[in-house]
Amino acid sequence: MRYLVALLLGLAVGVAAFLALLYFNPMTTRNHLSPLSVSDNQVITFNYSAVATDAIVYTNDGESQVIPHPAKVLQLWEPTVRRSDALATVLRDGRNAPAAIGIKFSSDSERTNVLNGEAIVDSVWHVYAPGQGTLFVEQRENYWDFLRDIMIPARWSSGDNWRGNWNGSITSGPGALGTSRVFGGSGIFAGIETDAVESLSAKAYSVEFGPVAMDAELAIEIPRRDASLSQDP
Amino acid sequence: MFKTFIAGILLGIAGAAAALYYIPVVDQAREQSMIVVHPNHGNTETFHVNVPSDRIMVGAADQAEPLPAELEWPGDLQFAATRAELFKIRNGKDAVVGVASRIAASDEVSGEIIEWVLHLPARGSAYVIMEPQPQEGGYRVGDLARGTREFSNLTGRVTERFVEAPTSFDENGSQGRIEIITAFVGQAVDDL
Repeated sequence: MRYLVALLLGLAVGVAAFLALLYFNPMTTRNHLSPLSVSDNQVITFNYSAVATDAIVYTNDGESQVIPHPAKVLQLWEPTVRRSDALATVLRDGRNAPAAIGIKFSSDSERTNVLNGEAIVDSVWHVYAPGQGTLFVEQRENYWDFLRDIMIPARWSSGDNWRGNWNGSITSGPGALGTSRVFGGSGIFAGIETDAVESLSAKAYSVEFGPVAMDAELAIEIPRRDASLSQDP
Repeated sequence: MFKTFIAGILLGIAGAAAALYYIPVVDQAREQSMIVVHPNHGNTETFHVNVPSDRIMVGAADQAEPLPAELEWPGDLQFAATRAELFKIRNGKDAVVGVASRIAASDEVSGEIIEWVLHLPARGSAYVIMEPQPQEGGYRVGDLARGTREFSNLTGRVTERFVEAPTSFDENGSQGRIEIITAFVGQAVDDL
């Protein structure tokens, strides 16, 4: 009996030690510097509030932490869409003026690999900017740092919340530099293929309601057209 | 006993690592793809949206009854000619397989635009640009402009049309369905 108790205690300690190693593993900390910050091209930014109640519409399975908004919106409860959410929001430009309507679909990814510090979400943006055009953004997001730095500390907190300043890029692919892929559909964006990075700036998080004060930024690099075709005089 | 405890620790570490490696954290539910292969005519897959039950959002200016209720569409004039919709999309067996957005808008730079993004969580997403003018017969055609994951190496056409419900037989208040037919094939790859 004593050996069985020792074995079970050892198992519990072993599992806890392994989870602690995963949680504190410095190798899984990602560089928060955006690859676009060193780009020579123009970068346009779209900002939005990542708080569900600030969106035009936010919906999920209705049983998740973040409550759908408005209250009577259709929920995604069917098995095939249960691990997905849909967001429609106003995207603002650098001067905080409304610039576009953005629709984002996000789904938990089967590429999630906790051993490698990857909490992956596959997402796409469908953006329409009046007077400019439309964009489609394909993105792989990694929420591991967000999970480790905000969500788990919020659960450990006696008040079930987190407050602070956290800034980080959540885009991790599919571009080679950890950027998302952008395709322009119409207007001045028609036909362009470029990169983007989405980042979060969190100030408050509640275990009960999810993000309470959190902004997001979608930065899109706009390549210079015909720059390579001009000849030196 | 101490050796048993140490063995337990090692077993716990190995067990936790094995569990995280072999047990998928995310396993998306899947529906069978209902692809129809036509003789000498490629293959098609038909999706549909039951209207109004599969409508998640109809975002447009000056709506008498916004959907969902209490939706606040931005009042800026620049969004006055924009209509953004969100739907659940179903396969041929009437099972929900994903969500979709449809943006219809017009402005002086882009002209008239109608676009879809079909998002199927277990398969990927398709970005479709439609021709603004409908064809004879009331359907509209468009092209797959970009795809992700399963759709990333495909090319092809998409048609959309609204099929009205036979009102005399309808019991569920359905107005009809938006039918989306995709005809995708793999992109040609240059011989090495």
